[in-house]
Amino acid sequence: MLILTALSVAIVLVIGIGLYIKSEPILSKSSWGTLLTSSQWKPLKGLFGFFPFIMGTLWVTGIAIIIALPLCLLTSFYITEYAPNRLRRILVPFVNLLSGIPPVIFGVWGVLFIIPLIQDHIAPHFVEFSTGYSVLAGGIVLAVMIFPLIVSIVCEVLNTIPQELKNASLALGATKWETIRKVSLRKAKPGIIAATVLAISRAFGETIAVLMVCGNSPDVPHSVFDAGYPLPALIANNYGEMLSIPMYDSALMFAALLLFLIILLFNIISRLVLARLERKLAL
Amino acid sequence: MTNNPHISIQHLGVQIGNHEILKDITINIPNKKVISIIGPSGCGKTTLLKSLNRLLDDTPDIKVTGKVLVDGEDIYDPKAEVTHIRQKMGLLSQRPYPLPMSIYDNVAYGPRIHGTRKKVDLDEIVETQLKATGLWNEVKDRLHAPATRLSIGQQQRLCLARGLAVEPEIILGDESTSALDPVSTSIIEDLFIRLKEKYTIVLVTHILRQARRVSDYIIFVYMGKIIEFGPTEEVLLSPKQELTKDYVKGFIS
Amino acid sequence: MIRRKIEENFFRILMVLATIVVAGSFFLIVGTIVYKGVPFMNWDMITKTPGGGFYIGKEGGVVNAIIGSLYVAGGATILGLLISIPVAIYINMYLAGRNIIANGLRIAFDVLFGIPSIVYGAFGFLIMVYFGIRASLLGGILAVTLLVIPILVRTLDEVIRTVPKELGDASLSLGATRWEMSKVIIRQIRPGVFTAILLSFGRAMGDVASVLFTAGFSDNIPTSLHQPAATLPVAIFFQLGSPVAEVQGRAYASALLLTIIVLIITVLSSVLAKRFSKNNIR
Repeated sequence: MLILTALSVAIVLVIGIGLYIKSEPILSKSSWGTLLTSSQWKPLKGLFGFFPFIMGTLWVTGIAIIIALPLCLLTSFYITEYAPNRLRRILVPFVNLLSGIPPVIFGVWGVLFIIPLIQDHIAPHFVEFSTGYSVLAGGIVLAVMIFPLIVSIVCEVLNTIPQELKNASLALGATKWETIRKVSLRKAKPGIIAATVLAISRAFGETIAVLMVCGNSPDVPHSVFDAGYPLPALIANNYGEMLSIPMYDSALMFAALLLFLIILLFNIISRLVLARLERKLAL
Repeated sequence: MTNNPHISIQHLGVQIGNHEILKDITINIPNKKVISIIGPSGCGKTTLLKSLNRLLDDTPDIKVTGKVLVDGEDIYDPKAEVTHIRQKMGLLSQRPYPLPMSIYDNVAYGPRIHGTRKKVDLDEIVETQLKATGLWNEVKDRLHAPATRLSIGQQQRLCLARGLAVEPEIILGDESTSALDPVSTSIIEDLFIRLKEKYTIVLVTHILRQARRVSDYIIFVYMGKIIEFGPTEEVLLSPKQELTKDYVKGFIS
Repeated sequence: MIRRKIEENFFRILMVLATIVVAGSFFLIVGTIVYKGVPFMNWDMITKTPGGGFYIGKEGGVVNAIIGSLYVAGGATILGLLISIPVAIYINMYLAGRNIIANGLRIAFDVLFGIPSIVYGAFGFLIMVYFGIRASLLGGILAVTLLVIPILVRTLDEVIRTVPKELGDASLSLGATRWEMSKVIIRQIRPGVFTAILLSFGRAMGDVASVLFTAGFSDNIPTSLHQPAATLPVAIFFQLGSPVAEVQGRAYASALLLTIIVLIITVLSSVLAKRFSKNNIR
């Protein structure tokens, strides 16, 4: 049993090391700096600049958080403070069911619903032409995918706020909304931050749903209607050619390593924030 | 006993789900006095208190019947403005609940919400109320420190200052010294005695000695009904009802 | 005062709208899939393999992918359980569940839980290349097992932790043997174990990135571990990209199938969890 446990944990290290080893070839050719900042992606010529993909990931995740965070906060406030009990019992399961839907289904929905929506109804107001395949589409799909994550954590945090504290504010003549804004929000801040960080790290790694709707062209996006190419999509799309072009497999492993490190970092940060929060509340 | 009752409760009934907590309560609360509500646990004392500032509103499955007149107006009238009613009453709960902000902001919270913006005005209010509750000298150098750093006794006084800052007419206290040490307790008791010059004070307590020390009148509640109401000495030392006699019998010291 | 009332009402409306969007998105998604998938749904879908080549063949169904998915998810869950149950027990029983090492292990598994499936897919691919395994059912199972272990360990660990220590002590003090005590505990955690199994099975069935390079793809039902296996999510992905309209239609129907399967699993797991815990101590 001990061996199994040790093995399982060692996997974290093994994954990291394994990916690193496989990235060696490409790291020996160019430095970390070049790889991360160059925009030239020409595998056949041996040029691997990961900047567009990093930007693609950032754009898509950024859009997702901008959409999801306000919506989820408002929803969580409604569920915990305003919704009558019966309504609450119906709402919560449906939000949770969202988390059970496989990512590829989100992708199909994105293609069927979001893409035409953008192409026909949204983009024409802003740009001359858009296929609809864009970082905006990726962001919207991602946002819906992280709804249940944020809502469940924020609701849990809000539920730990003692009613007496809220009563203290109400007793002074504040409205419910004022109480939420000035008291609950402040108390819940660490939890909300932790939820956001967790949601970001989930969004970074989401592969298939985003891949299906974001356009997959290796250029840095300059507007929400541009196509993007996040890191996971890069890996997934090109695994076929991996072994036929020299150094391609190493490049893709490097991309995987990048992803792994970023997510590891975010995970550790959110864990620290949550631990701090627990200590604070225990006081 | 009462010339112009500040609070007049008429046939108040409170029911939560199937459980009738308060039954047909009718009583006039005298003006600018301290009134203590006593009675065994679970008999409706706190519910009675909370019904006075409509903090029961959000309790699920709750039904309130009857009228509660404050200054002649029924606070349960559907057209009544809840935040306005609550502003008239300051609440001190069992445990102090300082808001998650600085000492200054705690006291300034109420006035800010009700429209006072100028720093000069707020400064004055903060100083006045902290002095009124005896906290000023202890905290004047750290007004912007988080309120949670104060001791429990200080926090409760802060909550009182906070409640006074919105200029209520009535102060409600829900066993407000039960979490405090004896020194802080007596400070708060003294405050109540002094404050009754300006405010009507309604307290819930299960400490009979405290009731005797602080209040002018006592209401004895049992199983959701008012059993006896009268001046302190009368109710505690020569009660008229059997139930009251049973409750206070161990008290005469 | 009026300004404050308007502010309160404004935000209240905003909150209701937000809730409608968030909760309603479930219906929107499922609705779109149903709407598009039902016209293409027929018995062939679940009984036949694709005829005339997967990418362009106009006939047939996706039974190859359905069975492939079941094999992969099933194999991964079983393998995962074999590893996770001992681990969860070890953390709780032998390490007394609370000390630094135990918590360190928990953190490690939580980190593993957060790693996206594409990384597991890439890593699984690495291992396969290292050992000379081709893209096959075996490869898929391996990669998905890696994905599933953190889920199982985390869920099982939480379940075992809810068993109060007093339960074991109480039955021991009544004179029960260790085995009988274990039976009581096992009974207590049974619903939790079911939930864990269903959760990871559902996840395994729906994931693409981990099987994309590792399980390969095929038009046929795999008959051995070394043959490539089609999986339902991958099938959907490929079909969607086809230029042939009928194949695209199959994609919608497959998506509908997958959604139904996974939703049933999800609902089942929460219903089971509630049903069994009626007899248990909370």
